[in-house]
Amino acid sequence: MSGFDKVVDSYEDALAGLEDNMMVIAGGFGLCGIPENLIKEIKRKGTKGLTVASNNAGVDGAGLGLLLEDKQIKKMIASYVGENALFEAQMMSGELEVELTPQGTLAEKMRAGGAGIPAFYTATGYGTPVGEGKEVREFNGRHYILEEALQGDFSIAKAWKADRFGNLMFRKTARNFNPMAITAGKIAVVEVEEIVEVGELDPDEIHLPGIYVDRLIKGTFEKMIEQRTVRSA
Amino acid sequence: MALTRDQLAQRVAQEFRDGYYVNLGIGIPTLAANFIPKNMNVMLQSENGLLGMGQFPLDEEVDADLINAGKQTVTMVPGAAIFSSAESFAMIRGGHVDLTVLGAFEVDCEGNIASYMIPGKLIKGMGGAMDLVAGADNIIVTMMHASKSGESKLRTQCSLPLTGKGCIKRVLTDLALMDIEGGKFILRERAPGVTVEEIKSRTEGALLIPDHVPEMSFA
Repeated sequence: MSGFDKVVDSYEDALAGLEDNMMVIAGGFGLCGIPENLIKEIKRKGTKGLTVASNNAGVDGAGLGLLLEDKQIKKMIASYVGENALFEAQMMSGELEVELTPQGTLAEKMRAGGAGIPAFYTATGYGTPVGEGKEVREFNGRHYILEEALQGDFSIAKAWKADRFGNLMFRKTARNFNPMAITAGKIAVVEVEEIVEVGELDPDEIHLPGIYVDRLIKGTFEKMIEQRTVRSA
Repeated sequence: MALTRDQLAQRVAQEFRDGYYVNLGIGIPTLAANFIPKNMNVMLQSENGLLGMGQFPLDEEVDADLINAGKQTVTMVPGAAIFSSAESFAMIRGGHVDLTVLGAFEVDCEGNIASYMIPGKLIKGMGGAMDLVAGADNIIVTMMHASKSGESKLRTQCSLPLTGKGCIKRVLTDLALMDIEGGKFILRERAPGVTVEEIKSRTEGALLIPDHVPEMSFA
């Protein structure tokens, strides 16, 4: 196939070049739409000293929580880190550095990182601990703080369906941070449930064009549910 | 009598209007979805990327790819839309959401809100709360009027790290509905059977009491 074929055959190949102390941007919200097999591959590889930007840090024993077990994460940039006892213990003991970032600011930092915007002003966090030490400017009588974009050495993400060129479709709320995470990585690695031939996806229905994707791999997913909540018939 | 959780949710729902896009926080705010008047269309926004959140799924409908911001499995209503987190917060920051309802630990009479951190005790993160309070114009904070030990949560000045500065204009507690204006809480409604004196004694921040303070009504 042509040079646009992004498919790799093994998780080892998918994360080739990931080294200690790199910055990784991960998609997912809670355990929904997380690149679960790529996380497991980082655990297997034993890469250490990572800075990871992700909305959440997984839970005990699942998602990014797996990387805490062998202390592979040095610094976590996230908006919400509850539901994870090991995380809390490592944060409290100072082993794990945590930069709490408002959810919308985190999403925009990734979006900006992928879009060539080095920083942006937002009202979010002004006058709070998040705004401390950051440049403040007033526009139309309101205060805004300057937030810098995020870029990763790698991004790891999950989509639903892709063609071999890496054109992506996401499914339901598993989309969440994935599109922005992908755009913000120098090497963007995406795992999907299904890979189809080029031409099979309707160009109008592609959520993220393959130009942002460097490596694509088909995986099988456990899709754990954090809060299974049902109503009775 | 102080309002129950359901009554708080019911009073919140009285603020809904036909055609409103509403973001409901975790806890009591979420319960307000159960009290949307039958003749009204309200579209619920979930900040993880869903507009048009429906009720919880039946057992056989559960889909791991469809959750709300509290990570609970949910469904979608007809007319729902899915989008990324960046798009979701563009809606929120851009002021496109008509009403935001969220909880708090403390609110003060300058409109400051503290809701995400108790230093040394609870450090889970702000999630989307900072963006929601900074982006929305129409916000209702729901919380208990006082802590279990009787300490007022309606303060002269928040004692905990802030989630947002000067952004709260309306607070609903188990005792009262109040607006915040000009550095004061303004008492608008009382919970049924709760006296103005009781509200006054449990409010630390400056409280303005109009001549007539009606009781809340629950039809």
